[in-house]
Amino acid sequence: MIRAHVLICGGTGCTSSGSLDIQAAFAENIEKAGLSEEVKVVQTGCFGLCALGPVVIVYPDGTFYSRVTTDDVKEIVEEHLLKGRIVERLVYNDTGDDNAEKANVNVSLNDTAFYKTQNRVVLRNCGVIDPEDIDEYIAMDGYAALGKVLTEMTPEDVIKCVTDSGLRGRGGGGFPTGRKWSLCAPNKAPQKYVVCNADEGDPGAFMDRSVLEGDPHCLIEAMTIAGYAIGATKGFVYVRAEYPIAVKRLQKAIDQAKEYGLLGKNIFDSGFDFDLEIRLGAGAFVCGEETALMTSIEGNRGEPRPRPPYPAVKGLYNSPTVENNVETFANIPQIILRGAEWFASMGTENSKGTKVFALGGNIEHTGLVEIPMGTTLREIIHEIGGGIPNGKKFKAAQTGGPSGGCIPADLIDTPVDYDNLTAIGCMMGSGGLIVMDEDSCMVDMAKFFLEFTVDESCGKCTPCRVGTKRLLELLDKITMGKGTIEDIDRLEELCNYIKQNSLCGLGQTAPNPVLATLKFFRDEYIAHVVDKKCPAGVCKDLVSFVIDQDKCIGCGMCARNCPADAITKTDYIAPGHKLPSYVIDAEKCVKCGVCMGNCKFKAIEKR
Amino acid sequence: MDMINLKINGIAVSVPKGSTVLEAARVAGVEIPTLCFMKEKNEIGACRICVVEVNEGRGFRIVTACVYPVTEGMEVLTNTEKVQKARKTTLELILSTHDKKCLSCVRSTNCELQKLCLEYGVDEGAFAGFKPVYELDNSTPHLVRDNNKCILCRRCVAACQEQYVGVIGANYRGIDTSIGTPFEVGLSNVPCISCGQCTAVCPTGALVEKDDTDKIWEALNDPDKYVVVQTAPSIRATLGECFGMPVGTNVEGKMVSALRRLGFDKVFDTDFAADLTIVEEANELVERIKNGGVLPMVTSCSPGWVKFCEYYYPDMIDHLSSCKSPQQMAGAVIKTYYAEKAGIDPKKIVSVSVMPCTAKKFEIGREDQSAAGVPDVDIAITTRELSRMIMRAGLNFNALPDEEFDNPLGEDTGAAVIFGATGGVMEAALRTANDWLTGKDNTDIDFTALRGTAGLKQATVNIAGNDIKVAVASGAAAAKVVMDRMKAGNPDGWTFVEIMGCPGGCVNGGGQPIQPQFVRDTVDLKAVRAKALYDQDAAMAIRKSHESPVVKALYSEWYDGFGGHKAHHDLHTSYVARNKYGK
Repeated sequence: MIRAHVLICGGTGCTSSGSLDIQAAFAENIEKAGLSEEVKVVQTGCFGLCALGPVVIVYPDGTFYSRVTTDDVKEIVEEHLLKGRIVERLVYNDTGDDNAEKANVNVSLNDTAFYKTQNRVVLRNCGVIDPEDIDEYIAMDGYAALGKVLTEMTPEDVIKCVTDSGLRGRGGGGFPTGRKWSLCAPNKAPQKYVVCNADEGDPGAFMDRSVLEGDPHCLIEAMTIAGYAIGATKGFVYVRAEYPIAVKRLQKAIDQAKEYGLLGKNIFDSGFDFDLEIRLGAGAFVCGEETALMTSIEGNRGEPRPRPPYPAVKGLYNSPTVENNVETFANIPQIILRGAEWFASMGTENSKGTKVFALGGNIEHTGLVEIPMGTTLREIIHEIGGGIPNGKKFKAAQTGGPSGGCIPADLIDTPVDYDNLTAIGCMMGSGGLIVMDEDSCMVDMAKFFLEFTVDESCGKCTPCRVGTKRLLELLDKITMGKGTIEDIDRLEELCNYIKQNSLCGLGQTAPNPVLATLKFFRDEYIAHVVDKKCPAGVCKDLVSFVIDQDKCIGCGMCARNCPADAITKTDYIAPGHKLPSYVIDAEKCVKCGVCMGNCKFKAIEKR
Repeated sequence: MDMINLKINGIAVSVPKGSTVLEAARVAGVEIPTLCFMKEKNEIGACRICVVEVNEGRGFRIVTACVYPVTEGMEVLTNTEKVQKARKTTLELILSTHDKKCLSCVRSTNCELQKLCLEYGVDEGAFAGFKPVYELDNSTPHLVRDNNKCILCRRCVAACQEQYVGVIGANYRGIDTSIGTPFEVGLSNVPCISCGQCTAVCPTGALVEKDDTDKIWEALNDPDKYVVVQTAPSIRATLGECFGMPVGTNVEGKMVSALRRLGFDKVFDTDFAADLTIVEEANELVERIKNGGVLPMVTSCSPGWVKFCEYYYPDMIDHLSSCKSPQQMAGAVIKTYYAEKAGIDPKKIVSVSVMPCTAKKFEIGREDQSAAGVPDVDIAITTRELSRMIMRAGLNFNALPDEEFDNPLGEDTGAAVIFGATGGVMEAALRTANDWLTGKDNTDIDFTALRGTAGLKQATVNIAGNDIKVAVASGAAAAKVVMDRMKAGNPDGWTFVEIMGCPGGCVNGGGQPIQPQFVRDTVDLKAVRAKALYDQDAAMAIRKSHESPVVKALYSEWYDGFGGHKAHHDLHTSYVARNKYGK
C-alpha cells in the first residue's frame, strides 16, 4: 500500500543540477528505512520553478522542497517520510503575501505566489505525472480526447471545435490553428503530413522542452487528432538534438503508444491509421521556420523556401502538411475534452486560452509559467515572477526572443496577448520573456539578439545574409562610441529594408529588437553617438573605472584581483587613511569590473 | 485555360493561372531584373533583386516577382521608389562582399551583376564591413571557382543538380556561406564530370573556364611550332553570339577567316573526325552484334558523359564505345597521317581545339590519348576563349570575309555537322548503317524522331528489314535514366544509345557563349542553335559520313580497314572505373 509519493523533477534544469542523484539517494534511503512498500519515487517533468531546483514534492500533503541536495535526502526520508515531520528549512513557502505567517510551512504548492495566478492547461501534467509511464497519462484522461475524436466526431467536427476554441499558433506567428487545419483538410493527395515543430531555438525559451519532457503523450495524442482532422496518416516531430531527455522520453512514449494500439494501424478500431517519427535537428535556429524545418526533414540543408506555395498545399515532400508547435498541440486534447467554449472562456477577445512563458533575466523566479492570455506584464513580473532582484528598477521586458521587441516600463500594465504586443511593435514569439533591470543597456541588448540572428542566418537571401551583418557592424560602431547621429538613421533604414525584403520569418523579424529599442529607447542610442556614453554603463568602450582617491583606504584588494595588472599604488595617502591609495591605468584596464566588486569601501566607480 | 486578370503598373494583362508576377510583367512589356532565378531550375527567391510591390486587397507589400503567383485583381508596381531603393540596397549589400576587380574580370561587360549595378546607379562602397576572403579552387583542368566573386545565387548549384551530379552546394551559414564541395575538398576530389554547365549559368565571374589562351598565343608566337587548330561542329552555330549576332547564326566562314588571321598554320574542321568516328563506331557496333559483345553500345564522343559513366556507373563502362571522341581522333590524325604527309615532326605540332565544352580540357589529359606518342591534342579552348582571342587580336569579326577550312582535314559532311545537337550522332550513324546494310545509296535520310531537345528520345528504326531500337539522351540526368534502364536489363531492347553530357548536346555545352538568364528563360538556346546545324546539313551535297572524301582517303591511304590494327591503335581508347568518394 503506497501512502506517499515523492515527486522529483526530471526536467533538464533540475537534471543538470543533480536531480538524478537525488532520485537515486531517495531510492536508497527509502529502502534503508524499510519504506519501499509505502513510498513511491516518481521522476516527473518540469515544475516550472527552475530557479529553485532541484525540486522535490511529497504527496499527499504536497510539501514543496526546493534546492534539495543529496545530503538533504536522508533527513527528508527519516523526518518527513518516516516520522511525518516536515523538514522546514527546505520548504518553499513564498505566498507573496508579506503579512502571511512565514512559519506556516503547510502552504500548498498552488497557494504560492508563483503558482496561484497560473492556469496550467498546457503544463497540466508537467511535474504531476511520470512522463515515462503511459498509464499515468491515461489516468489523467490521456487519450480520452483521441477516443472521442475517433469514435464520435467527424474530421469536420474536430476542425470546427478547434476553430471555435480560438486557439492560435503558439510558435510566434499566432495563426489561427483551426484555420490552418481547414486550409489543409480539403487538399487531396496520396499522402499528407502532420509535423510538430519542436525546434525551440529562442535563447532562453524552454516551454516546448518542458512539455516534451513532462507530458510527451499529450503531443502524440494531439498530433494523431490533427492527422484525423486533415486526413494525414503520417507525422514527424522535429526536435533539436540538444534536447536529449525530451527525445528519449518522446521516443519511449511513441513506443508505448504503439504497444497500446494508440498509434499505428486502426486506432480505437476506427479504421484510422497514424504513425509518428522523430527527426532530430542539428540546432539551427532557422529550422524553426516551417519551410526550413520541412526542408531539413527531407534531408536537405535546413533553409526556408518561398511561400506560396504554403505548406497546407505543398509542404513536406511537396505534400499537404499541417505544422504546429508543441505548445499549440498540447492544447488540443483539452479543447476536445472540455469543449471549445471552455477554452474560449480564457483569455482576451482575439487571444484565447493560456500562454506559457519562460521567465528569465533579472527576475527572482526564473522558470516556466502558464497564465491566461491578457494577464498584465506587471502581474507576470512582480507577482508570479517575484519581482526584480536586489531592489533594482524594472526597465523593460523582451519578448519573442531575437524576433521580438521590448516592452518598456511605462507599458507594464499592458495585458499580454497577440494583438496588444503587435500594437506596441512587439511580438508574442514562442514565449521567451527576458526581464531587464535599470542596469541593462538597450543598445547592447539589441546587439546581443542581432549577434544571435547574424550567427543563425542560413545565408540564403541577401538581406538577411549580408544585411543583418551590416546592421550588427553599425551597432558595434555605436556601442564603441564611433557612431554618428546619421548612423541611427542608417540603422533604421536598413532595419526596415531587411524586414520587408527578407525571404523568411527569421530575416523579416531579425531587426525587431533594434527597431523596438529605437522606438522606446532612442535617447540611449543618441547618448551613445552624441555624448559617447552608455547610460547603463554596459558598453565597455564607453565606460571607465576610476578609484576615488579620497575613499580608497589602500587595502590593495582591487590590485590583487585585477586580471590585467592595471591597478598600481600611488604616493598619495588620503586624509584619515594610513596607506597610499591605488589608481587604475585606463590603457591596461579591460573593464571587467572585478575591482569594483572587490572594493568593500565603494571607492571604485564606473563612469 | 483559366486566366487571371491583373494590372502591371496600371496596364491590364491576362495571364494563365499559375503564372508568376515576373511572367505577367513580361506580357506587359516589363522586364523585372533577376539574379538567382532560373525557370523551373532555381526558383528559390534568394537574391531578392526581383522585388515588386503587390496589392491583393490588403495594401501594397513587397514580394519576389520570380516566384510569386498572380492572383485575380492583383495590382503590381514594378518601379516604385520603394522597389528601386530596395533593389539598390540589395545590390549594394551584394557588392559589399563582392571582389570588385571588374576591370580585369573575364565577365566584365557580360556580367549580370555589373549590368544591374549600372542600371541602378549603386554606390559600390555604400556598405563597408566584414568581407570573407576565399582561396581560388584551381584544382581541376577545366574551370576556376572564385568565391570572392560569388553572389550566392546558387544557379551553379541548380545546374549541377540538374546534371544529377550535385557536387557543389552551400557550406557554412550566414555571412560565411559559400559555395563549395562537401568538406571543401576541391572540385578535383569530387565526382565532378567537368561539363561546365555551372560556368554557363554563373551571372558573374565566380565560375569561369580555365583560360588556356595564353598557351596558344605563346605557341603562335613561337617560330618553331606548327600550330594547327580544329573546330567542333557546334562552334560555327554559336560563336557569332559573342559578337552580338542573333542566337542561331551560322558563322563558319568568318570563324575560319578569324582563325587564319590569328595565325594558325592550318585551320581544320573537327567534322572530318566526326565522320571518322561514325565509320569506326558503326564498325564497332557491327562487330559487337556479330561477336556477342556488350550491348547496347553507348557513344563516347562527350567527355562529360564518359566521366559521368566512369564515376556513377563504373561497372558499365564496357558499354562505352572504345572510339575516341572526334576531338581526339582529329588530333590523332593530325599528328600521324597529316604530320607524315606534310613532313612535319609531330613533336613540333601544337594541336589546338576549339570546343563547346569544358570537359574537353579534361579529356586531352586522359590516358591512352596519344596516337603519335605525344598527346593527340595539346590545348583545348572553349567558344568563349576563342571569342576573347579574336577580340584581343582586334579582328572586326562581323566584317570578316567567309573563308574555307584547309585541306585535306577541312572536308565535312552533313552527318558530321549535326554532331553538335542531341541526336545528331545517332542520326549520322543510322545514315551510314542504313546504306551499308541495305547496300544502297538511300536518299530518305532524315531521322526526325531523333531530333528535338527532349532529354530522352527513343525510336525504332527499320534498317534492311530489321527493327533496331535506339535511344538518345542528353544531359547527365537523362543519362542516368538510360543507364538505370540498362542496368535493369535493358527492357526497352536498345541496341545503340547516344548520350551527351549536356542538355541539348554540344550546342548547349558548358563552354558555349554566355547568355544572360532572361535570354535563357525566354529563348530555347538548344533548339535555335541546333536549327543552324540542321539547316547546314540539309543544304550540303555530302550528308553521309562514309562518303566523306577524307574518310575515304584515310582508309585507302593510311588505315588497314575499319577497326584494323592501325586504326584501333590510333582511334580507340580505354576507360577507367572511378570511385566517387576518392581513393
